[in-house]
Amino acid sequence: MSTYDLVVIGAGPAGLGAAVTAADAGCRVAVLDAGPRPGGQYWRHRSGADAPSHTDWAVFAGLRARFDQLDHHPDAAVWFVESRPDDVGPQFAVHTHSTVVYGRRLVIATGAHDRVVPFPGWDLPGVVTAGGAQALLKGQGVVFARRVVVGGTGPFLLPVATGLADAGATVVGVYEANNPVQYARHVGAVLGAASKLTEAGRYGWRMLRRRVPYRRRMAVVAAHGDDQLVGVTVAAISPLGSVVPGSERHVGCDGLAVGFGFTPQVEVAVALGCETFMNRDGSLVVRIGPDQATSVPGVYAAGEVTGVGGAKLALVEGHLAGDAVARSLGRARPLRAGERSRLLRIRRRLRRFAAVMHAVHPVPAFWPDLCDDQTLVCRCEEVSAGAVRQAVRELSAGDARGTKLLTRAGMGWCQGRICGYATACLTAREAARPVSSVDLQGHASRTLMQPITLADLAGDD
Amino acid sequence: MIDAGADVVVIGAGMTGAACAYYAARAGLTVTVVDRAGVASGTTGAGEGNILLSDKSPGPELSLALHSVALWRELGETVGDAQIELERKGGLVVAASATEHDTLSAFADRQRAAGVEAHAVASHELPGYEPHLSPHLVGAVHYPQDMQVQSMLAAAHLLRAARATVLTGICVVGLLWDGTGGIRAVRTDHGLLSTTRVVNAAGVWAGRVAALAGVELPILPRRGFVLVTQPLPELVRHKVYAAGYVANVERSTAGLEISPVVEGTRAGTILIGSSREHVGFDPAMSLPALRGLAAAAIRLFPILGGVSAIRAYRGFRPYSPDHLPIIGADKDVPGLFHATGHEGAGIGLAPATGHAIAALLTDRRPHVDLRPFAPERHHVHL
Amino acid sequence: MFTFDGRSIPHDGRQSVAAALLAAGIRSWRGTRVEGRRRGVFCGIGVCFDCLVTVNGVPSQRACLVVARSGDVIEPQDELREGT
Repeated sequence: MSTYDLVVIGAGPAGLGAAVTAADAGCRVAVLDAGPRPGGQYWRHRSGADAPSHTDWAVFAGLRARFDQLDHHPDAAVWFVESRPDDVGPQFAVHTHSTVVYGRRLVIATGAHDRVVPFPGWDLPGVVTAGGAQALLKGQGVVFARRVVVGGTGPFLLPVATGLADAGATVVGVYEANNPVQYARHVGAVLGAASKLTEAGRYGWRMLRRRVPYRRRMAVVAAHGDDQLVGVTVAAISPLGSVVPGSERHVGCDGLAVGFGFTPQVEVAVALGCETFMNRDGSLVVRIGPDQATSVPGVYAAGEVTGVGGAKLALVEGHLAGDAVARSLGRARPLRAGERSRLLRIRRRLRRFAAVMHAVHPVPAFWPDLCDDQTLVCRCEEVSAGAVRQAVRELSAGDARGTKLLTRAGMGWCQGRICGYATACLTAREAARPVSSVDLQGHASRTLMQPITLADLAGDD
Repeated sequence: MIDAGADVVVIGAGMTGAACAYYAARAGLTVTVVDRAGVASGTTGAGEGNILLSDKSPGPELSLALHSVALWRELGETVGDAQIELERKGGLVVAASATEHDTLSAFADRQRAAGVEAHAVASHELPGYEPHLSPHLVGAVHYPQDMQVQSMLAAAHLLRAARATVLTGICVVGLLWDGTGGIRAVRTDHGLLSTTRVVNAAGVWAGRVAALAGVELPILPRRGFVLVTQPLPELVRHKVYAAGYVANVERSTAGLEISPVVEGTRAGTILIGSSREHVGFDPAMSLPALRGLAAAAIRLFPILGGVSAIRAYRGFRPYSPDHLPIIGADKDVPGLFHATGHEGAGIGLAPATGHAIAALLTDRRPHVDLRPFAPERHHVHL
Repeated sequence: MFTFDGRSIPHDGRQSVAAALLAAGIRSWRGTRVEGRRRGVFCGIGVCFDCLVTVNGVPSQRACLVVARSGDVIEPQDELREGT
């Protein structure tokens, strides 16, 4: 058994930033990633393919070029993490299906997946997450449907819609539940992240060119079909976030890509006992100090797990985490002071922008009203909104963990990754109180982070 | 907080507290149940829902268990078996060696004499009980009275049937006394609850509750893990466990002990217990324990090797030094009753415990002789 | 080519099973355990487990993660009927 200085979990922007910075400073680094190729969701690409058209491809190519200094383990989803401190200090054993990797420091850069909320018909085949549509396109070269509606909220809907349109799908409409004009109220923060403006402008231009209608304050409120999607109902959303009565109309489509921001994947941090809290966007995130350190000695976090803020912020946080790790190990060549303060400045600016983004694109308030008692909340265990409400009303479930124990919502294959947010919100709402971090924590603990056969579990060492 | 005072305040909304509330309400008392977390959020939410006679030696605990099994059947009829996923599936205790088989058979003989139904099963009959059992087992004993329940649902439904006021997320911080030394109220971090009688059903934290009344109660946590598989078609019909389980339950060593307990659930998952460790309240998940559980389950059911575990959970069993529960009135604090220390048997023993506590609360004679469970028996040890 | 439910499905050598099925116009390949609801791809990145499929006799594999290989035998999962 050899022990690395640093084990990075995740090879997206944050993980790569941490890995190369630590490696440049002289650390022995291993990067474990669930994907077959580095890049994460952001730089997802096909094998052997280069994607120079991607906005930041040069940045990725630059990071990838420094890979020979570190050990990259692809297809290495982590299923268990152990803390095994010894006389020297903290030490971690990170288990994947093929290997166990030991490290003195850990950077958690596990990113995020789409946040979705239930609505009638959301489990029909043909309804996918926005990130799912994007992954099929960028990672697989497949357009998931011919006539597509894109709905939800957040800037991510734009690249998804333009990507699908460029690839030949008919994008019937993009329905943004909030009003991005609100960005104008935060001029300072937006100008501080000028590249975001150019990016938005570029997508806007591509949408115009492809004649993709973009509708603000409109949302998909139901999906229709018997055993696959044939259409959706869209409706206008009031400034307070409720459906405008009488505004509903039917839109025919065979595909719906939907997303309401992102849910950080915090299970590694939770398993290690790192402190978490509810971020402004309503997601559970890892609490970090100025140097990206979590509350647990030796454990650092970077990127979406510390608060959803996009790839650029993730990359900067990664660099800072890698630098902090190198410093904590007394390495000779950490980042120069000037470079470090430049990164800190960018981080501050991008975090301010992220806060604005969260303010402009909240999960709209209407969705629980759309969920009649029959609407499924937990897709795996097929638990309805009615069952969740009954658990609170009649069986004294006080928080989302109580709901889980009494209804099985979040106990199935996905372990609450998809329904955790919605179950927490519905539970709190039925109990007539705001959602708390306790509710979110009820679905955030996943000791086994991936399924593992009992034979592998029994034999692993 | 509005004063939700009642005839009785039960501290702890786990299975034991719920059963105490249920039988107290049936005896005509009004009940408030208070829990620092939520319904079934402690040991109850971290177990396997065992209702077992098979693992009990003849003696006071078996008497309590026999009464409890009868009460569980009644509860199933009152609340509905399906509501609480009460499954009268029976237990199958298997022996891996001739020695183990001899011990098991002798044990079953003594249980039979004490009123337990126990049928010897020869090795060639085993596939008829459990088609996927390892062919290397020597024999087994079938216990038709063993049952399984979804304990979280059971606790919630009993609380509902009791029409108890359930206060969750509220911590008990003290007791208030009247001029004559009797209890006047329970003090919580959200205000007072007027009452004259208090049931301490706080499970692993019962010692801390007792301390609020100035009483020492030797309740300690014994950590255990359960592995949960992916949903499957029915592979395991009974509660199946290895004969070594009984020995481990009754042992007190500090190290990790593993004896496989394997059972299916209504949800299609298979639950795999059980591990025992005396490590205080250390919440860390132990990979050696999970590995041991997986290996032990495969030894019983080789087919499980290819099945995925998707989840694992941890709990702390409340145990007392002599492995007997603590049930009864506190001799030093009038109005205070203890119902805790059931270790891993709390779900099974809850109805009889609640039934007995309700009798004490209403000055009736308990159905079971409670002397072996008297709280003061531990005083000599302190 | 691999077979799905007896039908030949083309793939480009680096596609996931889910991608190849979608490209062939197949939208769903799983029926859920409780209500027999139809499911196919949802998250597309291995998180939701909706796209479970049987690959060469091994059940409950995530179609969005498994790379399709020629000769693979892919079968739908009808969990309601099979009682899984």
